[in-house]
Amino acid sequence: MAEILDNILELEEDTQKGKFLTFVIGNEVYGIEIKFVTEIIGIQLITEVPELPDYVRGIINLRGKIIPVLDVRLRFKREFKEYNDRTCIVVVDIKELSVGLIVDSVAEVISISENNIVEPPDSNTGFNNKYIKGIGKVGDEVKLLLDCNKLLNDDECDNLSKIN
Amino acid sequence: MSDNTGREPMLEMFIFETFQLVDQLEQSLLDSEKESSFEASINEIFRIMHTIKGSAAMMLYDNISSLAHSIEDLFYYLREKKPSTIDSTKIIDIVLDGADFIKNETTKIQNGLDPDGDEAHLVNMINNYLDSLKSINNDSGKNTKEENESREENEQKYYISSKKTSDKFDSDYYKYEALLFFDDECEMENIRAFSVIHDLEEVADIISYYPEDVMNSENDSDEKIRKDGFKVVFKTNLGISEVKDRLSHTLFLKSLDVYITDDMFQESIKEIPDNSDNNVESDPLLKKQRINIELSETVENAYPKENYDKDKVNEMSESQNIPKKEHVSSGSGKQSVISVNISKLDMLMDLVGELVISEAMVTQNPDLKGLQIDNFYKAARQLNKITKELQDTVMSIRMVPLSMTFQKMNRIVRDMGKKLNKSVVLEIIGEETEVDKNIIERISDPLIHLIRNSIDHGIEEENERVAKGKPPYGKLTLEAKNTGGDVWIIVKDDGRGLDKDKILKRAVENGLAIKPESEYTDKEIYSFIFLPGFSTKEKVTEFSGRGVGMDIVIKNIQTVGGTVQVDSIPGQGTILYIKFPLTLAIIDGMTVAVGKTRYTIPTISIKESFRVKNEAIIQDTEGNELIMLRGECYPVLRLHSFYKIKTEITDINDGIVIMVENDAKTICIFADALLGEQQVVVKALPKYIKKVTGISGCTLLGDGNISLILDIAGLF
Repeated sequence: MAEILDNILELEEDTQKGKFLTFVIGNEVYGIEIKFVTEIIGIQLITEVPELPDYVRGIINLRGKIIPVLDVRLRFKREFKEYNDRTCIVVVDIKELSVGLIVDSVAEVISISENNIVEPPDSNTGFNNKYIKGIGKVGDEVKLLLDCNKLLNDDECDNLSKIN
Repeated sequence: MSDNTGREPMLEMFIFETFQLVDQLEQSLLDSEKESSFEASINEIFRIMHTIKGSAAMMLYDNISSLAHSIEDLFYYLREKKPSTIDSTKIIDIVLDGADFIKNETTKIQNGLDPDGDEAHLVNMINNYLDSLKSINNDSGKNTKEENESREENEQKYYISSKKTSDKFDSDYYKYEALLFFDDECEMENIRAFSVIHDLEEVADIISYYPEDVMNSENDSDEKIRKDGFKVVFKTNLGISEVKDRLSHTLFLKSLDVYITDDMFQESIKEIPDNSDNNVESDPLLKKQRINIELSETVENAYPKENYDKDKVNEMSESQNIPKKEHVSSGSGKQSVISVNISKLDMLMDLVGELVISEAMVTQNPDLKGLQIDNFYKAARQLNKITKELQDTVMSIRMVPLSMTFQKMNRIVRDMGKKLNKSVVLEIIGEETEVDKNIIERISDPLIHLIRNSIDHGIEEENERVAKGKPPYGKLTLEAKNTGGDVWIIVKDDGRGLDKDKILKRAVENGLAIKPESEYTDKEIYSFIFLPGFSTKEKVTEFSGRGVGMDIVIKNIQTVGGTVQVDSIPGQGTILYIKFPLTLAIIDGMTVAVGKTRYTIPTISIKESFRVKNEAIIQDTEGNELIMLRGECYPVLRLHSFYKIKTEITDINDGIVIMVENDAKTICIFADALLGEQQVVVKALPKYIKKVTGISGCTLLGDGNISLILDIAGLF
């Protein structure tokens, strides 16, 4: 009896588990856990803030709340691409920190069960991407699942603030 | 209060109420000390102690409740027996100690600690004093003591366990029915109702209450109580006035009806034995008739019948007056104040800010251009007016009068005067001046320090004053006033004043004086007292003289954007002027454009703005630019190159130069254009963006754009 109850509770807790919001950057499809996402908005006027790494584009005014925005493209050291109608800001909430992620476009919300997620290849085999937490298989396609914490916080940023 | 968000609402309410009650207690004690009589405030103190006792017991803080209980006993004795010989100073001291204890314990609770203070010492002291009072005033009765003891027994039983032996009420009881309504905004009616029951259980046998499921918070009993009131039927051996008295101590009580119920009525009349004085008060409107019968029967023995009506009228009017009086004395506007979490206010302010922006977006929508829509513009103007008013109101919500902070100083002046054996009168002017809550919180400690300094260093001892031909009482004036966007607090004493030579000597000794001694003005000399480690006091006392303090006072005041000035006349006193802004949340700012970015410069630091010709610019060997103006050279800071912003305007001819000043240092900032001056709401940069040089925050402009606020001190 207790077991069943536990199961039910677990189910309720985890309605968001295994669901990912996918977005496109260049040719790749990336996914982030849906539980971090609070909303998706179109591109807005961004106020530049000096002395920040280039991938932090500045701050935006989200209904009176001021949040920083990161260009995921630049974060992955890609070319900068002009923003257009399809460019979106995905607002994520991680540890009470709201941050907007600028992506080329948002694709869909998909469920990926745990046995369809594989660990990224070991870094000493030459694959070296610290932002990837896992690789999800959906049909024939492959989605790169991002580690939000690492996306926001890394040593570069800390170093920069120390210099200042 | 912002750290209270996670706490249980009950606990938060308890902390808030207790602090408020202790403040009231101190106030009424000090008032009664001034009048050197207790008459007026005994009831209030008794009521406060009773409330604290009740709520502390409900929260299971035994030390607070038993201390409050013993103070309550003391005042119960004072109230009931009106002893002729009382030492009011002694009582005030005892109760103030008790108030301090309660305050300390509550602070512990607020900080998430266990209230572990030991009250036994204080309780003993109070009990001893009460005993000595009783023995001195023995003539007024042995039975009081017994009464008190039996009271105590009852209460103590309750502290150990709240189980009730109902056989205690077997004889001599009446059955009452009480209907209680709570204040509209009090919230948690069911818990309040429960505490009423809890309270009554001490003295009465509860028969039934409606709604019955008060402790089950899932249901709508709150609603029911709000609408129909809370009804409780109980049996007790107390007289109706005692019952009413007890119930009227309930917090947030709006109205109260108590009456003896019908079925027991006949019986109860027979059983009313000798306490005729107790049965006169009751609700005059609802149950008048019933009471009339009861009264006429009970008072028969004591009063000749024809006099009865008159007496009754008198007592009725008395009983109606009492609550009124209480209401007035319990502080200005206390009843109409609710406490709100600051974070909710911040949210409200954000929302209103958004509203202002959306209003501008609607009324200045580009789609409207060229349209003939007079009615629309009429409506839009109305909307504009309302949003403006709304914005002003929201801003004013954060403003709190200084009176609470000022009233606290009464206590400090009193305590210090006693310890140092100086008599000091505190005069308070302009306590109704309103200041932002954040500022009030930070201004209180520095103010205490300044007042202590004034009493300790400034005001002379009584004989010294008389010798100088001054009145024996030292006078300390605490004044607040509002001038434009600033608030001034002035602390003035009529003491001996600052000793110029001594300060200068000490400054030279400590190597603080950099100019030749003769070049210092009086004001500059006085300002030395604000430097760290400076004290001319030979002896360190409990209160001041260690030389730490004044510099901390200054630092604290500076964190809220304030300044301190000092002036003094030898032999006549010292005046300290503290100036600080009304609020931290709003500043006057000049918005400038650099490329696409907007920057806001606090107007307070702007000296002037002007255009310059290329010829006025001088370059030094390092390539730093300087401007020669009226014979003085100022460095130029080009914002676009400082922050590496792309802009069209790089020629100094095309832009504008703003001269800013901070701490006697001056710099000229070069920007593209001035956009205008306005009041802006300061917001912090998101935490994710760490410190940026020279930027203290950001703000939303009327068009929804963000402007970065320059921190002038950070630019140097």
